[in-house]
Amino acid sequence: MIRSVIKTIDLLNKSVGHAFAWCIVILTLGVSYEVFVRYALRDPTSWAFDLSYILYGAMFIMSGAYTLSRGGHVRADIFYRRWPKRIQAGLELVLYFVFFFPGVLALVIAGWGYGTESMSIKEVSVNSPVGVPIWPLKMLIPAAGVLLTLQGIAEVLRCLLCLAEGNWPARLHDVDELENQLVQLHTSEQAKGAHS
Amino acid sequence: MSNPHLALLMLGLFIFIIMLGFPIAFTLMAMGVGFGYYAYYQLDQSFFDNRVFYLFTQNTFSVMNSDILVAIPLFLFMGYMIERSNILDKLFLSLQVAFRRVPGAMAIAALVTCALFATATGIVGAVVTLMGLLAFPAMLKAGYDQKVSAGVICAGGTLGILIPPSIMLIVYGATAGVSVVKLYAAALLPGSLLAGLYMVYVVIVAILRPKLMPALPKDLGVMSFTAVVLLLLKAFLPLAVLIMSVLGAILFGLATPSEAAAIGALGSVVLAAAYRAMSWLKLREAVYLTARTTAMVCYLFVGSWLFSSIFSYLGGEGVIKDFVLGMDLNPVTFLLMTQLIIFLLGWPLKWSEIIIIFVPIFLPLLPHIGVDPLLFGILVALNLQTSFLTPPMAMSAYYLKGVAPPQVLLSTIFRGCLPFVSMVFVAMAAIYVFPKLVFWLPEVLYSR
Repeated sequence: MIRSVIKTIDLLNKSVGHAFAWCIVILTLGVSYEVFVRYALRDPTSWAFDLSYILYGAMFIMSGAYTLSRGGHVRADIFYRRWPKRIQAGLELVLYFVFFFPGVLALVIAGWGYGTESMSIKEVSVNSPVGVPIWPLKMLIPAAGVLLTLQGIAEVLRCLLCLAEGNWPARLHDVDELENQLVQLHTSEQAKGAHS
Repeated sequence: MSNPHLALLMLGLFIFIIMLGFPIAFTLMAMGVGFGYYAYYQLDQSFFDNRVFYLFTQNTFSVMNSDILVAIPLFLFMGYMIERSNILDKLFLSLQVAFRRVPGAMAIAALVTCALFATATGIVGAVVTLMGLLAFPAMLKAGYDQKVSAGVICAGGTLGILIPPSIMLIVYGATAGVSVVKLYAAALLPGSLLAGLYMVYVVIVAILRPKLMPALPKDLGVMSFTAVVLLLLKAFLPLAVLIMSVLGAILFGLATPSEAAAIGALGSVVLAAAYRAMSWLKLREAVYLTARTTAMVCYLFVGSWLFSSIFSYLGGEGVIKDFVLGMDLNPVTFLLMTQLIIFLLGWPLKWSEIIIIFVPIFLPLLPHIGVDPLLFGILVALNLQTSFLTPPMAMSAYYLKGVAPPQVLLSTIFRGCLPFVSMVFVAMAAIYVFPKLVFWLPEVLYSR
């Protein structure tokens, strides 16, 4: 039961994170196109500047929860990683309530007011006469807050499982930094070599 | 409301909590909201009218629409594509052949490969592990000393965060309000100086103690001159041209850093395709990793901007300023002290946290002491090289250990890094004594 809740939240945030991650491809193409038309055709676009920060902003704010689900937010873990797992879990459980939920809930509450106000006037960017709408970007702030809150619940459940079982439940896995992939591959090859 | 004691408590509590190993970005956010709520509390206000909520969303949105930070995901994407483009082995081979008559040829080739590749990717771990698998065993087999080989790979791979176009300098620029373009111009000479020092050191050791770096086997030497040139054209030139054009476009003002980064990212995809390394899987990996690393860095900004605005509203900035100015420091002592603190912070923390969270504490002091933020930034960037090479953080050393043959000890790798760490300090002293190294290029390019 607890595991299926964790898995559902992880899957949700993975899907959202993956979807918004593709903004980087549009961003690359869009900005490159702007540079091309400005120099080759001497005809700069009126939308590329707004597009660039909208795509970047949407990408990072919406993949925050996905990053959390992969343990990707930086922590100073020189002491942490040496502690027994149950102590890690118990400590984190407390810290989530004191130093995580207040921040992300404030993001939901305050972001909701900020976003709806912008939406009600259909706010557009002042950078160019085209009037690129920016209210959707502002609405993403409370949305990201909700996703983070959900992921926080999943992390708290993980702590509880670890407290009960003495082991951290496995995380979903999609892609790891190349250096970690290589180190893992190398270690497993060496282990194989030692056995044979 | 000003309450300096509370501000100092806030800073102390923050340092304590992050040492417990909790994700830093969220700690900053929650503490900013908590202390800010207290600081802006008014009796006649309803719960949600507190000004801290407004500040929080404002700060969050200014991270989201920063036209400087846009460059970060683009450079990351470029780096993740290049590290997947199967270019490294060809690059190393071609440089080995090109340098074959120089003493310590393999070490020089490894150093240049590391520096070029790390500059293009801006990511330290990948180049150190890739070279650890490719060059390190080859060097040991050729009879190279373990320490020298390890030091060259770790130090060379770490250069990527310093030599522009580097992501670290964008982060510093966004934090300190210094133009990224100027920072790039300022970092070019110091970065080349450090790379040059490394190279000179390797050649000198190779000449003085040839046992540590024996000459290359003869079969590499039979290649004709045209074959060598062709090899370099295929393996070295494309990557070098990509970096030069990205950097050149920025320095000569043809494009903003984010525009140049977009072109670089597009170029890296083309490069990967040209080396037949492009696949759906690799593109997906690069895209997802870009999103995650961008989120990691930018959520730190979200938290830090709120935290520091509450910290200075409470009067924390003023207390630190009064305290430091009260010590009546001259610029040298001030720089020594701040750089020492940053060096020590590099033990438990990574460069992103140090620059986004701790460097802002020193920044307001710079004008009073008379230190240019440009010079300060380059010193910090140099200084942080050491945190990759010295224990306990020593990420480069740990990555190399992770892929090295089992007989290579971690302590051997650390000892191999030591001479290179001391050269970082030499470079720092050099740019302090000759600040022209930092200011000359920006002045020539953007003379007022």
